[in-house]
Amino acid sequence: MSDLISNLYIFVLAGFLGFEVIRRVSPLLHTPLMSLTNAMAAIAVVGAILLAGERKSDLATVLGTIAVVAATSNIVGGFLITQRMLKMFKTSRGPKR
Amino acid sequence: MPIEAGIVIQIVYLVAAVLFVLALKWMSSPGTATRGVYAGEIGMLLAIIGTLLHHGIVDYKWVAIGLLLGTLIGVPLGRVQMTAVPQRTALSHAFGALCVTLVGAAEFFLNTPHVAKPLMGILALEVILGSLTFTGSLMAAGKLQEILPQRPISYKGQNLVNLGTLAIAIAIGIYLIYHPGQPVLFLVMIALGLIFGVAMIIPIGGADMPTVISLLNSYAGLSAAAMGFVLDSKLLIIAGALDGSSGFILSVIMSKAMNRSFTNVLFGAFGQVQAAAAGTTEERPVRSATPEEAASILAAANKVVIVPGYGMAVAQAQHKIRELFDTLTKRGVEVSFGIHPVAGRMPGHMNVLLAEADIPYDKLLDMDEVNGEFSQTDVALIIGANDVTNPAARTDAASPIYGMPILDVDKARTVMVIKRGMSPGFAGIDNPLYYLNKTLMLFGDAKAFTGEVVRELTGGGGHGR
Repeated sequence: MSDLISNLYIFVLAGFLGFEVIRRVSPLLHTPLMSLTNAMAAIAVVGAILLAGERKSDLATVLGTIAVVAATSNIVGGFLITQRMLKMFKTSRGPKR
Repeated sequence: MPIEAGIVIQIVYLVAAVLFVLALKWMSSPGTATRGVYAGEIGMLLAIIGTLLHHGIVDYKWVAIGLLLGTLIGVPLGRVQMTAVPQRTALSHAFGALCVTLVGAAEFFLNTPHVAKPLMGILALEVILGSLTFTGSLMAAGKLQEILPQRPISYKGQNLVNLGTLAIAIAIGIYLIYHPGQPVLFLVMIALGLIFGVAMIIPIGGADMPTVISLLNSYAGLSAAAMGFVLDSKLLIIAGALDGSSGFILSVIMSKAMNRSFTNVLFGAFGQVQAAAAGTTEERPVRSATPEEAASILAAANKVVIVPGYGMAVAQAQHKIRELFDTLTKRGVEVSFGIHPVAGRMPGHMNVLLAEADIPYDKLLDMDEVNGEFSQTDVALIIGANDVTNPAARTDAASPIYGMPILDVDKARTVMVIKRGMSPGFAGIDNPLYYLNKTLMLFGDAKAFTGEVVRELTGGGGHGR
């Protein structure tokens, strides 16, 4: 129960932090922002890996493995496309520093 | 020894969390954004390696297969055309939600019938959010890919049916908190979540997609955070909260840009604008112009603002627009782009397409920046945008889009609108802009018409120099 409360603190504080940081993102980059946060939320792969590898039951292994596939495709695809998109943004004032 | 390994893993997770926050911080400007992606990637890699060190993992076979298969699916998803980015994004929300739902279901079946009350409550929240986000995002991706009809479908009592479905799912979730030994009910709850996800997107049309995608983004993040509570993983809670607040902020920005209320966003009551549609529009005269005429006006201008919309994406006109931009800039005309927050099908859609066409990003101005400039603008050239330029939003209290912030293109000296015909936009609302004396309608396909204007400007009707 105390774990739950301390986790709740973390959730609320991280939410505020996210709010303050993301508010500053230029509208220019809203699409890459969404693909980046999506890739990062695929950190759920951590839980999926544990399920797939702990062999607690056949069902858990199967569901965990599918979950690993889904999350990994988000990680790989999300970071790849974010990087590709950002490479396209150039200024007219010569190359990026 | 296991205790030490546990501490090492926790520290690795902490470093990953810090890197995620830095990644978002660096996303604030294009100059540092690439660094942000690297930070995110390193954080993710650290977290995965840290997890693989877990002593509870006894069998690496399925983990390896999953990571490999996921990479094989992920690489092509990272290489899609830029025009396909909205549906790709929706699809990735679906994958994220699928992962969360499956993990939640597995946790339930591992623990039933002995699930602690708080855990069961969070599990229920996790799988309801996850399942509705999964099917909702698949539906959104289907609509964006045009596998499914883009038209919103609505019927009488729709909201009641939808909210009823969700309410029953939540009621089952609450019942399960007290009676967790009911696997069948748990499955029914997931099924209702899946149904609600489909039902939620059915009444939504294309123009509402930016809001919906942001909202699904937020749900996907929140369900991941819920999973973090279940697994007691602080890293997952942090990443989920960051993703959730990012989607939330984007939804608020999008809903403000469409003048929708906040509850309207939260409860997904989209796509209801078209109910007040059309009315009787009598034939009113418009002035139209040929590519030659348009080219000569553009050539004589000092300052041109191009306003792109979803029509530009459909016609794939961005590369022709780039040629127009180059030609005009070479002639000494000052050209910039005015981009409405909800132009296109997802937040920032137009910016990405124009950046792909090599248009420098300092020429892409957002609504607040560009609206002050229209009064000094000679030509506002509208390509594939409609409702976001409709002055009725400012003046006509009876209009369904009244109050929606728009781009003040009618303040420019001349307005040009490239459009296929006189059909009204998505919302079915007539645009008085088209009947102004200063407005010239350029009828035709956005790409072809822009191409002809460019040809006029460079070679004088294709005779070459």
